[in-house]
Amino acid sequence: MRREGQIRIPSGCAISGIIDRSGGRMSGDTIIESIAVMHDRSNGLGGGFAAYGIYPEYKDYYALHIFYDSVSAKKECEEFLERHFDVINLSKIPTRKMKEITDEPLIWRYFVTPLPTKLAESQLDEREFAAKCVFRVNTRIDGAYVFSSGKNMGVFKAVGFPEDVGRFYKLEEYEGWCFTAHGRYPTNTPGWWGGAHPFALLDYSVVHNGEISSYDANRRAIEMYGYKCTLQTDTEVITYIIDYLHRKKGLTLPEVASVIAAPFWRTIERMEPEEREVHEYLRVMFSAQLINGPFSILVGFEGGLMALNDRLKLRSMVVGEKGDLVYIASEEAAIRIIEPDLDKVWAPKGGQPVIVRLGGGEA
Amino acid sequence: MAVNFLYPEYEVARNYDRCISCRACERQCANEVHEYLEDGGRMVCDDAKCVNCHRCVSLCPTRALKIVRSGNTYKINANWSGRTIDEVYRQAESGGVLLSSMGNPESYPVYFDRILLNASQVTNPSIDPLREPMETKVSLGAKPRDIERDGNGRIRNNLPPRLSLSMPVMFSAMSYGSISYNAHESLARAAEALGVLYNTGEGGLHEDFYRYGKNTVVQVASGRFGVHPQYLNSGAAIEIKMGQGAKPGIGGHLPGAKIVGDVSRARMIPEGGDAISPAPHHDIYSIEDLRQLVYSLKEATDYQKPVIVKIAAVHNVSAIASGIARSGADIIAIDGFRGGTGAAPTRIRDHVGIPIELALAGVDKRLRDEGIRDNVSIVVGGSIRSSADVIKAVALGADCVYIASAALLALGCHLCRSCHAGKCNWGIATQVPELVKRLNPDVGYKRLVNLLTAWQHEIKEMMGGMGINSIESLKGNRLMLRGVGLNEKELAILGIGHAGE
Repeated sequence: MRREGQIRIPSGCAISGIIDRSGGRMSGDTIIESIAVMHDRSNGLGGGFAAYGIYPEYKDYYALHIFYDSVSAKKECEEFLERHFDVINLSKIPTRKMKEITDEPLIWRYFVTPLPTKLAESQLDEREFAAKCVFRVNTRIDGAYVFSSGKNMGVFKAVGFPEDVGRFYKLEEYEGWCFTAHGRYPTNTPGWWGGAHPFALLDYSVVHNGEISSYDANRRAIEMYGYKCTLQTDTEVITYIIDYLHRKKGLTLPEVASVIAAPFWRTIERMEPEEREVHEYLRVMFSAQLINGPFSILVGFEGGLMALNDRLKLRSMVVGEKGDLVYIASEEAAIRIIEPDLDKVWAPKGGQPVIVRLGGGEA
Repeated sequence: MAVNFLYPEYEVARNYDRCISCRACERQCANEVHEYLEDGGRMVCDDAKCVNCHRCVSLCPTRALKIVRSGNTYKINANWSGRTIDEVYRQAESGGVLLSSMGNPESYPVYFDRILLNASQVTNPSIDPLREPMETKVSLGAKPRDIERDGNGRIRNNLPPRLSLSMPVMFSAMSYGSISYNAHESLARAAEALGVLYNTGEGGLHEDFYRYGKNTVVQVASGRFGVHPQYLNSGAAIEIKMGQGAKPGIGGHLPGAKIVGDVSRARMIPEGGDAISPAPHHDIYSIEDLRQLVYSLKEATDYQKPVIVKIAAVHNVSAIASGIARSGADIIAIDGFRGGTGAAPTRIRDHVGIPIELALAGVDKRLRDEGIRDNVSIVVGGSIRSSADVIKAVALGADCVYIASAALLALGCHLCRSCHAGKCNWGIATQVPELVKRLNPDVGYKRLVNLLTAWQHEIKEMMGGMGINSIESLKGNRLMLRGVGLNEKELAILGIGHAGE
């Protein structure tokens, strides 16, 4: 059977996220409890978590989480990393042996910073340099796959039910200010850990529930800008689109949301002239980054979390608030299980982003 | 007695039980096929003059007429078809180049008919266009590389001039002269009513039609007929015609018989002489020259109009398109070898150029590989026959399509392929006043509006089925396509999988 990336595999899913706007850190237990409620939305073929604020002691270093199929792939990858980065710490990612999780690859973590000479030579900014190196490993080194590459954050994922994946990675031992989780219901057996979600590039991580109908239009457009879609999954292409629009093109997150879940033309026509001009511009300029078909996504980024539904709201997504904590999940039950007494709970409209930032408020 | 080598290919079959000798057919046929014999009190006809345009068939009040294949056959020969033999006879007689009209009718593969569309089932929902918004609006033109913001951080609109269309279909270039005043009026009014554009072709613009400017593409071809500053500034966009799918490598050809009155005025050439455009533009012998013409036209119009460069689909179309995408042009129009024409040498029409599906797939991929797809929009024609072809073209990577033959069919054309004779019984490809008036623009424009409205409904249905509610999300979305009965190489060029994989 062909593995993820060699074939496109649609999947349904469950997503959940928690963020503490005050920056207070919580343990990974809570998010496991939340995603476990939605067990039936996954089928045991993929689960994972993104956790922000978990590496304060290494917050200035890129935390690379890497799957290896073999010792030789590890050797080749480490040689590559040594040539491009100063590796200040490396270790196996701690895991727990469990009967539910099998066939694990070698799972390693590196804290790195670009070698100044290499960086200067590349004429790239630091983040672009890091992103390019990640693509190099993932496309050129057979058997090595960087699945997390942000600073002070990390992705943990595997083939299995999400609650088992969380325990496998001992998520309860990490403390962060934001967690997202994903349970996957793919429509065949990928059997490859890299295909599980979240998908991440630099500090952007995406968990996604849905199957987008614009996939190939989005993929072919984004590949023109130097991205390479190796997994053929929606989440991968959505992550690249967000990275492209936010990091490379300098759009604000609300603008990013207006591109990927663009208002309908007839809505734009009713806007005030100034607002209308901006939205017309964004739709024309970034027409290939419109994401069509059902999706609900949680986008983790440096300093916050954004939730967004497709413009017709073809996937469920609920937001709850309690004090500084904001909870977002596919089902309200997944919020109630960890916080039964909410100040506020609502379902955002299709195409209406919910952007929660550290230090308060929505933006 | 002279030997006549040619036996008519078609025969007018008259049912005398139904014929009431009303002589309508006689009056309707500019080719003088029908005649009333006072002696016998019955209608007779000369099949040799019949072009099979069905005017008499459609107008006969008792349905007494039909056109059938004459069935006269040469001795069967797999190498020498009847048509080939006839053409040898014809050339042996005339010593001339064979002329034809409309698109290549030969049996080359039609790739659109070997491509199937996707629909949603279970894993994502199809969208119901009767109940949900379904967007077919498209915007054509170049895009800047980066966004810009003003001092307050507001995004500045740095888009160059663009075309906005209610659906991804435009009427392709057909000159005033090759088609009639009433045909032009029908196209212009339909374009306005539909929120799309029509195209003047290379014959200049009749002064009556300047009022449709915002729905008009004005064309500049190698003959430069009717090109002047007011003309250039009157349209929404300017098209440089480098080539045409029906006759790649040669210029336009309008027989002198059609250059009468207003046609001669609009073209700014004398009446009665053939208008034969040079094969190349004599100021464009290479790609760098094209860039100069693009910018000359932009200068002449104060950078207010997008410039389209139209080329025929030929073997190295991708490389040519890549050059055009760096020439300052905003839109590339590619015309496939099935594209129609009012007059072309038969050999060129039938043997030069490549299918639009392959050309489009190649160009779209090439421009993406080079990272310059955003520099230009792509419009394809030659030939788009239905809304399904539109959808398939967009999914292969086109921003928009051009239609012309389908538009003429809507106006009554029956593809008799005799436009060059100038005696179109339907009032389309003629300048004979009695014939022109047969096409009522009030009816003609409505039929064009009907056609594209119907197509738009069908496009929405098919998009909805795929779970797509905006045409942008279909553009280049080749996963929505599968080939059937195509070989590996064809699939690779089209960039699609085979049905079942």
